[in-house]
Amino acid sequence: MAALVPAIHALLVTTTWMPGIKPGMTTERTGCDVEWLNTILQGVLLGGLYAMFAAGLSLIFGVMRLVNIAHGDLIVLAAYVALVTVETLGINPLTSLVIVVPVMAALGYILQRVLLNRTLGDDLLPPLLVTFGLSVIIQNALLQFFTADSRKLNAGDIEIASIQIGGGLAVGVLPLLQFALAVAVIAGLQWLFYRTALGRAFRATSDDQPVAQLMGLNNAHVFALAMALSLAVVALAGVLLAVRANFDPSIGPARLIFGFEAVIIGGLGSLWGTLAGGVIIGVAQAIGAKLDPGWNLLAGHIAFLIVLALRPQGLFPKVQG
Amino acid sequence: MPDHLLEVRALDAHYGDFQALFGISIGVSQGEVVAVIGANGAGKSTLLKCIAGAMPARGDAIVFDRAPIGGLPAHVVVARGIALVPEGRRLFPSLSVEENLLVGGQLGRPGPWTLKRVYDLFPILAERARQPSTSLSGGQQQMVAIGRALMSNPRLLLCDEISLGLAPIVIRDIYARLPAIVAEGISVVIVEQDIVQALKVANHVYCLQEGRVALSGEARAMTREKIAAAYFGV
Repeated sequence: MAALVPAIHALLVTTTWMPGIKPGMTTERTGCDVEWLNTILQGVLLGGLYAMFAAGLSLIFGVMRLVNIAHGDLIVLAAYVALVTVETLGINPLTSLVIVVPVMAALGYILQRVLLNRTLGDDLLPPLLVTFGLSVIIQNALLQFFTADSRKLNAGDIEIASIQIGGGLAVGVLPLLQFALAVAVIAGLQWLFYRTALGRAFRATSDDQPVAQLMGLNNAHVFALAMALSLAVVALAGVLLAVRANFDPSIGPARLIFGFEAVIIGGLGSLWGTLAGGVIIGVAQAIGAKLDPGWNLLAGHIAFLIVLALRPQGLFPKVQG
Repeated sequence: MPDHLLEVRALDAHYGDFQALFGISIGVSQGEVVAVIGANGAGKSTLLKCIAGAMPARGDAIVFDRAPIGGLPAHVVVARGIALVPEGRRLFPSLSVEENLLVGGQLGRPGPWTLKRVYDLFPILAERARQPSTSLSGGQQQMVAIGRALMSNPRLLLCDEISLGLAPIVIRDIYARLPAIVAEGISVVIVEQDIVQALKVANHVYCLQEGRVALSGEARAMTREKIAAAYFGV
């Protein structure tokens, strides 16, 4: 238990870490209204990234009732996998997705088959403890290999490119791309869940594991595919995070909390709700930061608490099972 | 012994320290309907669960198509050609009627049963294809459960208490489809509390009592007295 104490401490401390929000994306400031509009717009676009953090988390919980505490650290791991890929091959971070996504998906499949499937059962506690331990291991392994230095991926000119959308407002191409990818990921998962045989297998297994097995579904394999899919989304989120802001081995748990909050705000089991949850946290953080830079994270958490107090089931709940 | 499609040989089964089955031996031939009857807790459902791979069993205690399948996981057993219609129907609540059927057929075993054939057998399901499975009546849900099992094109169909909780007219309606299923060369094991219904459709009957076979014989040769004695052990 003694080893858990510093880890919990780290969890609490890292939640106060500031994400690299880039204010003032407008090229000209024509008034107070435009600034506020801009703030909200940036918040919405940031929300796309949070929705991606949340989508993988939501997917895993939905299919196998596993709360993946290591989710945030897996996002950071994906960022480092991208870092190594970019430095080794000398390619653009966005191109590195071609490698990082399959690598993380394969890792997810193996992780589930070798480790996490053994923790699943009637009790929710073993997977919680094992993924907590995994979180500690990933953080320390990254610290060992990459040191605590902040790193960032450089995506080149696209990072500073922006589009004028009139009225003195401009949006960065990269945040826009990030939001478009988030919408595409959510739409893709929605399609996969409700229109494909794999999605049918996910939902059937989620409904009734023993009967799904009687219908010829190998739960161990279905769960591993779900984890592979989750880590494919994690890979995308990790690369976008690494291009957007500095990262170091300790920032995982805070990403986990943003993801959790987006899932809860949206309502468990609702993918589009997850996007809405991400956007709400993103906007709240942006508004908080605008009022006072120190309120950035606090505002996101307060928005989460307000939703939790007024609508504990989330905004778009979907009753499962 | 005649060449059986399924042979259960001296099968024991346990729930923890409690022993539910004691040396059960039964045989099912190709194209035969076998009824397993018995009081509550006699071990009927446990027997089906063991055969379907949902409960552990000694390897050679269950022989299917000359291969030992005891203790194989359920998803492997269904791929060999044994499908279970579970007690209480157990449809997937978040899936539509058609999706439930498609999950049953996702192994892609070749055979006569397709979505269209299941809809021909139970036309009402075609009308309800897009509805959530939970919105159907009990009888219709049972049809989905049977159709779902058939979609895997089994050689042996196990039906656990398909009359449970259904009105007599609905039970007659469902049993009326059984000959069409057997006509495809499928063997069927029926677990029933409704003895009259079971005797009507079965070729062979086994009566279980407290985890043991108390009576076995041709369905036609059964008398009320024999069954009452085996059923209650008096």
